[in-house]
Amino acid sequence: MDDLYKELILDHSQHPHNHGTLADATNSYEDSNPLCGDKIRMEMKIENGVIADVKFTGKGCAISQASASMLTDEIKGKSLEELKHIDKQVVLDMLGIPLGPSRIKCALLPLKVIKASAYGMNVWDDEDEE
Amino acid sequence: MSTLNVSSIREDFPILQQFVHGKPLVYLDSAATSQKPERVIRALDTYYRTTNANIHRGIYQLAEQATEEYEAARKKVQKFINAKSWREVIWTRNATEALNLVAYSYGRTNIRAGDEIVISMLEHHSNIVPWQLLAHEKGATLKHIPVDEQGQLALDNLENLITEKTKIVAVTMMSNVTGAIPPLDKIISRAHSVGAVAVVDAAQGAPHLPLDVRALDADFLAFSGHKMLGPFVGVLYGKKALLEAMPPFLGGGDMIRQVHLQESSWNDLPHKFEAGTPAIAEAIAFGTAIDYLNALGMANVRAHEMELTHYALDKLHEVPGLRVLGPTDIAQRGGLAAFEMENIHPHDIAALLDRDAICIRAGHHCAQPLHDYFDLSATARASFYIYNTPDEIDQLVTSLQNVRKMFNK
Repeated sequence: MDDLYKELILDHSQHPHNHGTLADATNSYEDSNPLCGDKIRMEMKIENGVIADVKFTGKGCAISQASASMLTDEIKGKSLEELKHIDKQVVLDMLGIPLGPSRIKCALLPLKVIKASAYGMNVWDDEDEE
Repeated sequence: MSTLNVSSIREDFPILQQFVHGKPLVYLDSAATSQKPERVIRALDTYYRTTNANIHRGIYQLAEQATEEYEAARKKVQKFINAKSWREVIWTRNATEALNLVAYSYGRTNIRAGDEIVISMLEHHSNIVPWQLLAHEKGATLKHIPVDEQGQLALDNLENLITEKTKIVAVTMMSNVTGAIPPLDKIISRAHSVGAVAVVDAAQGAPHLPLDVRALDADFLAFSGHKMLGPFVGVLYGKKALLEAMPPFLGGGDMIRQVHLQESSWNDLPHKFEAGTPAIAEAIAFGTAIDYLNALGMANVRAHEMELTHYALDKLHEVPGLRVLGPTDIAQRGGLAAFEMENIHPHDIAALLDRDAICIRAGHHCAQPLHDYFDLSATARASFYIYNTPDEIDQLVTSLQNVRKMFNK
């Protein structure tokens, strides 16, 4: 029916990777997209500056859930320094689909929550928030 | 058979002749904003081409004509809602500003610590947040009328909710999510029996239902032109005695009688509440939109939407896993259907429907408390107006069936 919902996105959203909670999380954060109500909670286990494990829970559209699924795959095992280089473009390339201004917010919510969880909320800059 | 000649109506709306993604546009989002007929668009154009001047203080022909047309539009609104006087019709930016005007000007003068303000679970954020701000500032308590499982207001506890402590009761004429049309007569008469004023949010009601503010006995009533074929301009109706006693909302030009360096005195109604240059062209073109609705007849508009809603509810029930919110009794609901589909987020539904050139809305529709209550993060909503057809509802349902198949492979 549509390139926006290519197989990869549907697959990740319906069978998300790293879905769940972490009993021994060191960092966590939860946020929602006020426009559409997508909600994501990230729980991370950070050891010696490395993301040893990460899991997420949340409700939302296929784009936000697929983004969370792919991003958690991507950042697992990376250092906090490496995480800094994961930005908007990385997420968009990962999803590989054209997104309009409102759906971009869905796609970027998991990244925002990951960064807030890892560094604290004030490190997240609002460049993608219009 | 429809009570309206919809095919002829459709010809009046240039935007509906359009193709999106190569397909004819199916516009099912009139609860957010309606489309505009040719003559409303032309009224804006004509104003700027032939009449444009600032109103109320010009001595020359153009300014007088602009003032006349602006005030004539006000009288059209007055008749449309059956207000007693044109002085009771105040132009605002939108319904939100109209409600804020009441909360600010009436509320800040009349609400004290310990007083109660009663709203309902069905309200749009614009009829929640201004009252929260007021309650927090004054130390008043904000209460709400609950909803039943059908998304209609539950009035069984009304006597205990609206009491001698209640000073303001603010409710919607029609929910923008469940479509529920609350029994305003009961709520308003209860409000009046305890000496409270009744504020009606008619942003959804005014475009779709016959409206008579005197029969309703509303003290204040707010609505928006853009949801009823007009441009972006709003209206506040208020009973004259209440408006007379209220302090101004915004200060500036046109709302004053005399200005001295230390103090000023206020202009007569309605100008006291219309500081600064208003949306002149929009108000005039809204008058044209009202002419258009009057020619159709609001009873016919309502009848057409009841037929469509009936048809839509039947058809939507054929989609597996789809659940429509709101009252099942068509007489109790307006022309919209908010729904959820099992395991498919409303955003995904709306994005996929867009590819078929079908415009619906997805989200919490500025009614988050109601969504929280039903434990929904968001819903999809199709809303109907005078130009929508059963054929468009068939297209909606076909697309929804395709969405279903795609997600259930």
